Amino acid sequence: MTVRRWTRTSKLFTGGTGVVALLLAIVPLVFGPDIVQKTTTLLILILLAAMWNALAGYGGLLSVGQQAFIGLGAYGTVFFAGLDIPPYLAMVLALVVAGSLSIPISLFALRLRAAQFAIGMWVIAEVASIAVRLDQNLGAGTGISLSQLYQYDPNYRQAYTFWLALAFTVVFLAAIFFLLRSPLGASLQAIRDDEDAARSLGVRVAARKRLLFVLAGFGCAAAGVLIVANTLFIEPGSVFSVQWSAYMIFMVLVGGLGTFEGPILGAILLFAIQTTFTQGGPWYLVGLGATAALFALVLPRGLWGTIEERLGLRLLPVGYQVVEKKK
Amino acid sequence: MSLLAVEDLDCRYGLLQAVRGVSLQVAEGETVALIGANGAGKSTLLRAIAGAHQPHAGRVKLDGADITSLAPHTRVRRGIALVPEGRRLFAGLTVEENLRVAAAYRAAGRWNVQTVLEVFPFLKARLHMPAATLSGGEQQAVAIGRALMTNPRLLLLDEASLGLAPVAVDAVYRSLADVIREGTTILLVEQDLARALTVADRVVCMLEGRVVLEGEARSLDRDRIVTAYFGLRRAAAGGATA
Amino acid sequence: MTVANAILQGIFLGAFYAVLACGLSLMFGVMRIINLAHGDIAVFGAYVVLVVVQSTGLSPLLAFLVALPAMIALGYVLQLTVLQRALKGGILTPLLATFGLSIVIQNLLLLQFSPDVHSLGASAGALTTESWNLFGSITIPALGLVVLAVAVVVFGALHLFLSRTRPGWRMRATAEDPDAAELIGIDSRNVYATATAIAVAIAGLGGLFLAIRSVFDPVSGPTQLIFAFEAVVIGGMGSLWGTLMGGLALGVAQTLGAQLNPEYAVLSGHLLFLAVLILRFGGVRLARFGARA
Repeated sequence: MTVRRWTRTSKLFTGGTGVVALLLAIVPLVFGPDIVQKTTTLLILILLAAMWNALAGYGGLLSVGQQAFIGLGAYGTVFFAGLDIPPYLAMVLALVVAGSLSIPISLFALRLRAAQFAIGMWVIAEVASIAVRLDQNLGAGTGISLSQLYQYDPNYRQAYTFWLALAFTVVFLAAIFFLLRSPLGASLQAIRDDEDAARSLGVRVAARKRLLFVLAGFGCAAAGVLIVANTLFIEPGSVFSVQWSAYMIFMVLVGGLGTFEGPILGAILLFAIQTTFTQGGPWYLVGLGATAALFALVLPRGLWGTIEERLGLRLLPVGYQVVEKKK
Repeated sequence: MSLLAVEDLDCRYGLLQAVRGVSLQVAEGETVALIGANGAGKSTLLRAIAGAHQPHAGRVKLDGADITSLAPHTRVRRGIALVPEGRRLFAGLTVEENLRVAAAYRAAGRWNVQTVLEVFPFLKARLHMPAATLSGGEQQAVAIGRALMTNPRLLLLDEASLGLAPVAVDAVYRSLADVIREGTTILLVEQDLARALTVADRVVCMLEGRVVLEGEARSLDRDRIVTAYFGLRRAAAGGATA
Repeated sequence: MTVANAILQGIFLGAFYAVLACGLSLMFGVMRIINLAHGDIAVFGAYVVLVVVQSTGLSPLLAFLVALPAMIALGYVLQLTVLQRALKGGILTPLLATFGLSIVIQNLLLLQFSPDVHSLGASAGALTTESWNLFGSITIPALGLVVLAVAVVVFGALHLFLSRTRPGWRMRATAEDPDAAELIGIDSRNVYATATAIAVAIAGLGGLFLAIRSVFDPVSGPTQLIFAFEAVVIGGMGSLWGTLMGGLALGVAQTLGAQLNPEYAVLSGHLLFLAVLILRFGGVRLARFGARA
């Protein structure tokens, strides 16, 4: 028996994901702006799910306030674009600035225990929302649009936004992938399984958690940037809404908390549900909430986690496999 | 019929087997001492009898009735009370509250706050103080008193002398003598062999989850107990372990 | 409005927050669970009272007495179905499960009642409109006085329950050490269910006051939860009287903030909450105010 990182399945699959990424890149060249916009939405969901999973699944940090960074990323974009900075540059700038706010916030947020952390982050999102609402230049309570993007032809605009979304998603997923494969990765797993035991072994729990928190901050800010680029109009009530947290929780719980592939599966599921039930409305949300609660209580490993466990399957090489050596 | 009957009990912690096929009987009014080295499975056995640990296999019977699947609080109402290892008092409650909170369901019986204080008179001064402020010996007294308040037919004591000064242990065992005189059946786990032999009618010795010796306290001599305690006979016979 | 009057109004407002927070604090103290659906349960209570008022014409306070058994039953059901299971999971499970529950409640209310806002202020009649004036600048609204009185009575009753009655001792014992409690005959499931039932009933009371003093709609829940949680944290988690003080402090912070600018009211409360969190945990070693966070 040997311990291996790469099995044949995982080699195939990793190669496969590379191919998928390349295929996605040509989507805007093949399909019209409607489909491109929808696919951008899917990418945003994948990004959000991956980030929330990084926090809760690998760091044990349950945040009900990541919408703070989403909103700050979105409004940051509008703000910088308003300073006559070219829109796509403004987006990158907003990502950097909004994401960096996670660093000072982490200094005290990470000292909080479970419920205080969760709701504390929510209050921070509310504070950000109120701050924006008080600013007339940012459209106050009624919202504002990223008018600077109107200068582009809709086809080009949608394509640029899509590629930016693809780039962000790939970068952040890759960041998590390499994080898990690094020596850091094993310690992250240990922290999730038993924090005190990990600490007693010398694992620098606080530093690891900060890394995840900052990563998630940047990732959610990126999602916020993409949201305003994709929908062009934002208002505090929607972009700072705790609804985003509800979506993230659903995607990760149903997909598989603490797995790499799970959040992606959850995002695809949510996207499928959203496009089928375009009416939206209360019944659909009742279903989401009830499903999330049910998974938390009955199937905590989520769909992917359960599949992984039952079939012993690992598609991407983020763990170690004990393999029987064939004679 | 015996008051307590344990039949082929098998207790595990994950993959670790703590109690292996133990069978045991305790008659009404008896005092049985359960002795053995650390890790022999004594505490686990006691906890399984009280319902705090679900056995993997086997049965626990009280008065012939199978209680294996009953929750701990139901067993208390049937008359089993465990004084857990480490006392586990409710630190935020006063001594009196600790005692009275236990007296809900079997209040009819010999034991109430008054009679408990007769057995542990030194608690009178501490009655309204938070349990956390008491010394080890006083806490042990409250823990025993708390179990007594449920008027148990079977009192289980887990390492009652652990961590206590000898003077405190003397006091605990003197009070135990009172309890025994009342006719309560007692099954106690005790590391201190000498102490155990002073109160017990019967001795059961465990090693690595099994019963290796059983007999009347009077008739067992020290050498036999020590041999069983440390598994020396097996070691002398070639060291083959099961 | 002078500062003195603002503080007084803040106390009246804070008493409302304290009532909202009471149940949340009790559930945390006994079970270490923060019920993220707490605000929605309060709003649900407001709707139950609304239905009773609309169908019987009773005054809101009497209607609440009719609604009370329903709230208590809801509490028991909630514990025995969702929360008991959630307790067996990790630390995150109760938060996740109650979050999902929150969304379910909000949207079920949306389906049953429209998104329109409602208020029971009119039905409460004189209670809402009556007030007394002192020294020119001090106003004492009748409703504020009633809520303050009720808050003190509720907290006092709960304190007496926990310190003087055997069921109360059982609850405190189970809160400290559920396993040891089982070993002396306490059915921990029952204790938890009672705590939840009490918490839900008091949450319903909070909903009643919300309905009378203000407007509510199906999605008002999260806002109430945040206020309740802020009150609990400011006063020190795990302390019942602390929650009362925390509620009052939150109310005063909001009204003083409103003195500067009406739009700063809620923000001031948030800032006080964050400040307390930073001071208590953010590297500044101050004495713990009896907080067992």
